[in-house]
Amino acid sequence: MRVVIAEDLFLLRDGLTRLLRARGIQVAAAVDDGPALLAAVTEHQPDVAIVDVRLPPTFTDEGLKAALAARAQQPGLPVLVLSQYVEQLYARELLAGRTGGIGYLLKDRVMNGAQFTDAVRRVAGGGTVMDPEVISQLLDRNSADGALATLSPREHDALTLMAEGRSNAAIAQRLVITESAVAKHIASIFLKLNLQPSDDDNRRVLAVLAYLDR
Amino acid sequence: MDNGAVTGPAMQGPPRRWWSWIGEGAVAVARGMGFCGLMLAGLGLVLALLLPLLAAGIGIGLLLAGPAHWHQTEAVALRVAPFAVMAVSLLLFPSVLLAVRALAIVTRRLCGEWCRVPVTDPYWPPPPDERLGIQGRLRWLLGDPAGRRDLLWFTVNACGGWVLPAAAAGLMTYGFLCILGGNRGHPVVAPPPAFPGSEPPVLIALGLALIAFGLWAAPWLLRGYGMLARSMLGPTGRAELALRVAHLAKTRADTLDTGAAEMRRIERDLHDGAQARLVAMGMTLDAAEELLDDSPQAARALLAEARESSAKALSELRDLVRGIHPPVLADRGLADAVRALALRQPVRVHVASDLDGRPPAPVEAAAYFTVSELLANISKHAHASQAWVDLRHQGGMLRIGVRDDGTGGADPALGTGLAGLGHRLAAFDGVLALSSPPGGPTVVNVEIPCALSSPKTSSC
Repeated sequence: MRVVIAEDLFLLRDGLTRLLRARGIQVAAAVDDGPALLAAVTEHQPDVAIVDVRLPPTFTDEGLKAALAARAQQPGLPVLVLSQYVEQLYARELLAGRTGGIGYLLKDRVMNGAQFTDAVRRVAGGGTVMDPEVISQLLDRNSADGALATLSPREHDALTLMAEGRSNAAIAQRLVITESAVAKHIASIFLKLNLQPSDDDNRRVLAVLAYLDR
Repeated sequence: MDNGAVTGPAMQGPPRRWWSWIGEGAVAVARGMGFCGLMLAGLGLVLALLLPLLAAGIGIGLLLAGPAHWHQTEAVALRVAPFAVMAVSLLLFPSVLLAVRALAIVTRRLCGEWCRVPVTDPYWPPPPDERLGIQGRLRWLLGDPAGRRDLLWFTVNACGGWVLPAAAAGLMTYGFLCILGGNRGHPVVAPPPAFPGSEPPVLIALGLALIAFGLWAAPWLLRGYGMLARSMLGPTGRAELALRVAHLAKTRADTLDTGAAEMRRIERDLHDGAQARLVAMGMTLDAAEELLDDSPQAARALLAEARESSAKALSELRDLVRGIHPPVLADRGLADAVRALALRQPVRVHVASDLDGRPPAPVEAAAYFTVSELLANISKHAHASQAWVDLRHQGGMLRIGVRDDGTGGADPALGTGLAGLGHRLAAFDGVLALSSPPGGPTVVNVEIPCALSSPKTSSC
């Protein structure tokens, strides 16, 4: 798998490159601003672009715009956006296309190399990865929702993990239950929230996110 | 009422009819009489101020020129009495000055309410020390040029200014007397010089015309009187500057205080939070290093702990940064920052914005934290299910409306939140108005004068 990294801080750019290489992911290019990202994406055709939200010259949300521009330039290009802070507003903008291949994570998550590379692989594979902080914000915001209140604690945990974009197998491992138990929980969640069930992992995640972000 | 420069809440009245001017005229005549009463009170006060001088003059005159053949006791009494009066009136002097000021303030208020000529109080702010001696108080009262202008006004008013509000009543009285004369068949008062004839019908017609004219002219005369009053009671350019300087000095002090308090809070947060965690992390890493050879298992546990510590430090720093200057505000400006804020509230918040530029950064931050505080209040106290935030730029003002469907009854006197917001906004000459009747809804309107910069053009 080949990735392109856009990150302006040398330490982090270097660290990310080493972390990914150590786990067998090829870093095709590591650049430090938006236009260079667009050029690198065109040149290297990576499987995923990893982009910091804040890039020069404005140090505002330049990275986010560059990521969306890269996706527009190369439709379906998986993009993993990293940030020092997460905002539901940005998550919503990234998810607006309702297609997969989107990740939005706090930079803190790179401290767990295994989980981070797993997230990179899931995004590259067309999945959706949302930071647990985004999901907890979404759930807080929906605390008054009657349908959510009917979920059992176990189902609530499963919903949280599912919204973060994890597979049934990963959820089963996290909650220390069997995969069939996870499937049962998920079916029950979809029923209680009145959502269309789906076998496609990614479509399922997007449906749950859309439900929470009404 | 009469022309375009009408301000104030009295504008919304019953719909105008063709006879409205009669009622308005009658009200204006009554108000004119009220002003005449005020004039008498003012005259009394001016005389009371002059009383010591008067008494002293009489006393000295009697001392020098009193008849020599007076009886001893009478002579003493007569020569002492004026000085006694002078002493008493001197003692009362400060109180009279205060009364003059109070009367001037009442006059200004009535100018706004009755004449529709708003006049601001031009006085220096009272000295900060409450336990000011009588000397300091006198210096404050007498040193203020506005106080001297008050006296000028009361004198001018007593010497002839009062004619303006009284003229309509005078005309109408004259008209009544003319009609009375017409009724009795002979004039009660002399008709105006060079008036054609004094037959009853003519007199009655003249009377009616005078009354009508008086009613019609009364509001205009009142307005003219208001303007005359404003020319003496209103702040001069200098006084306006002085008031502005006093206001700026106060808001600057508040701003500095707030800034210093904020710095202390940040320092404390860093000291107790991220700094402490980094120290602990260093120690944990050190311990892990020592254990590495003997007990790799224990070292691994310590390393995991260190990583967790670093994650917590990061999260604390993130919260701190959000409190100093929210990243979305820097990235996207006020409207999107408020939208992002709205998404974090437990109640549904609808955000509408028609800002097509960005206010200056400090104004933007103040506006953001104001909305943030108001939304936090709504979540905590209002029992609301929905809230609306409206951002607009109109007439050189950033206008923010925050409304909820909660239970109302918010009292700015309780808690320091709203007062703190007021201080924060005052630094920008901003104002905050709260309306929260019991049962709701609560509506807060904020206005901050500022210009918008043109929207930033994106480079990618």
